[in-house]
Amino acid sequence: MIRMEQVSKTFQTAAGTVQAVKDVNLHIREGEVFGIIGFSGAGKSTLVRCINLLERPTTGHVMIDGLDLTTLAEKQLREERRKIGMIFQHFNLLRSRTVYQNIAFPLKKSSLSTEEKHKKILALLELVGLSEKKDAYPSQLSGGQKQRVAIARALANDPKVLLCDEATSALDPQTTKSILNLLRKVNETLKITIVIITHEMSVVKDICDRVAIMEHGIVVEEGTTENVFVHPREKVTRDFISTAGNVDKIYELIQQGNELTRLQPGEKMLMLTYSANNAGEPLISYLKEAFDITANIIYGNIDILKGKAIGKLVVTLSGTPENMEKAIAYIGEHKVEMEVIAQ
Amino acid sequence: MSFLYQLAPNLEALGAELIKCIGQTFRMIFVSGIISFICGLLLGVLLIVTKKGGIMQQTVVYNILDKLIDIIRSIPFIILMVLLIPVSRALLGTGSGVTGSYVALIFGTVPFFARQIESVLSDVDYGLVEASASMGFSPIEMIFHVYLKESIPGITRVTMITFVSLIGITAMAGAIGAGGLGDFAIRYGYQMGYRDMIWVTVIIILIIISIIQGIGNIIIRRTTH
Repeated sequence: MIRMEQVSKTFQTAAGTVQAVKDVNLHIREGEVFGIIGFSGAGKSTLVRCINLLERPTTGHVMIDGLDLTTLAEKQLREERRKIGMIFQHFNLLRSRTVYQNIAFPLKKSSLSTEEKHKKILALLELVGLSEKKDAYPSQLSGGQKQRVAIARALANDPKVLLCDEATSALDPQTTKSILNLLRKVNETLKITIVIITHEMSVVKDICDRVAIMEHGIVVEEGTTENVFVHPREKVTRDFISTAGNVDKIYELIQQGNELTRLQPGEKMLMLTYSANNAGEPLISYLKEAFDITANIIYGNIDILKGKAIGKLVVTLSGTPENMEKAIAYIGEHKVEMEVIAQ
Repeated sequence: MSFLYQLAPNLEALGAELIKCIGQTFRMIFVSGIISFICGLLLGVLLIVTKKGGIMQQTVVYNILDKLIDIIRSIPFIILMVLLIPVSRALLGTGSGVTGSYVALIFGTVPFFARQIESVLSDVDYGLVEASASMGFSPIEMIFHVYLKESIPGITRVTMITFVSLIGITAMAGAIGAGGLGDFAIRYGYQMGYRDMIWVTVIIILIIISIIQGIGNIIIRRTTH
């Protein structure tokens, strides 16, 4: 669907040359929700603008359905852009126009009849749940409502792709959820490929099928959301995951000698990582039954990622040394990733 | 009528002359105002789109316009008028009278107005420009649908400011024989010492400005959301 090949973008600034995006290769599949996550300054906003050439890549190619956008003349490029909707962090609605007129705005260039346009706008308003606000001006709307209007506007030309640049970053958590649900609905009902740029891991967790992690203009890691969550390879990825849950806090507590983490002689503290294929197993109760090992849960963070439970559990085990060994061997065999973090 | 003559005794003799002068002022305001509005708007838009980072970046064009505007703006109007007499003769065949004042009034207004338009348009959120680019709009379409449409309240506001300054300079244009209310006030109010004629002129000018301001405020109210 979207293929980026060796895309780089450099900017000339007063301070010198800044390479915002370096040699990025990405393949975004049709119908998926693809997340690009990075801390601010990682180059993700520049990267997403390279998809519709709002920023023309310095080198490299951007292919959408096999058509290389970087080779198109301005006029053809404008035609192609109409097939790529985009929403923004600050909504970018036209203040002088009503909700209805904002959604009608991209249709100015459409060949539809006035009647067809009218029907289309009403249908879009219905989709985003703002039918009764059609004559309101943006200044009369809340942030979430503004983003809904922006989504409706971005969908007006029946795009194949929807680019979301930090679309939820200016919204509170509850509104973020409702916007993400709407994007999910758009993805599922209209079969639109969605690319989401964000710095919030929770956004990726809630909605993305696959994710790329960016740092210093480079895509450092890419994969299905579950995989990246369960087996992060890069430090920046782990940093993001720890912002979403905060299991890593346990290390701090151990270091501080917090009472929670103090162990009796013979006890071990384990960090168990549940991935999508094993989170359902009754591990803790089995340890008691089979090995007479008491597992005391200290801290846990199990998330539901697209319907599957994954996450981490910190437990202390106590029991006889032989049983402890057997138990640990058993855990290892059962695909639950395990790390002894204190003993 | 007699009540008016009681307040301003010289009005009886000078009424016809006053009406003629009001007419001259109106002609100056209308002709040079409309031309200045169009030229100033065009220049302001050119400044915004050609500047560095603009949607039709042309640094050379921008720099030339930018300097030109600064130069013209720094010449005091009364000197500019004299300076432009040959230009007016070449273009309109005369350097005096109402017709002879148009060139000077336009040159005196356009740079000022263009700068204000530039400032109004630069307040348009770049995000809107980016959003319309993402929808496939061309730079020309962006100028009309985004920059100008979104700036109507701001454009109205600076048009009113410019209008007041235009009335100010039409009074000065009286000095090169353009006539008008300024000339009337100088001739009768100053040289002949008719204080009542000064008051009458001031009141008429205030009425003209209030009417324009009122219309402007209505436009701003209707277009600000």
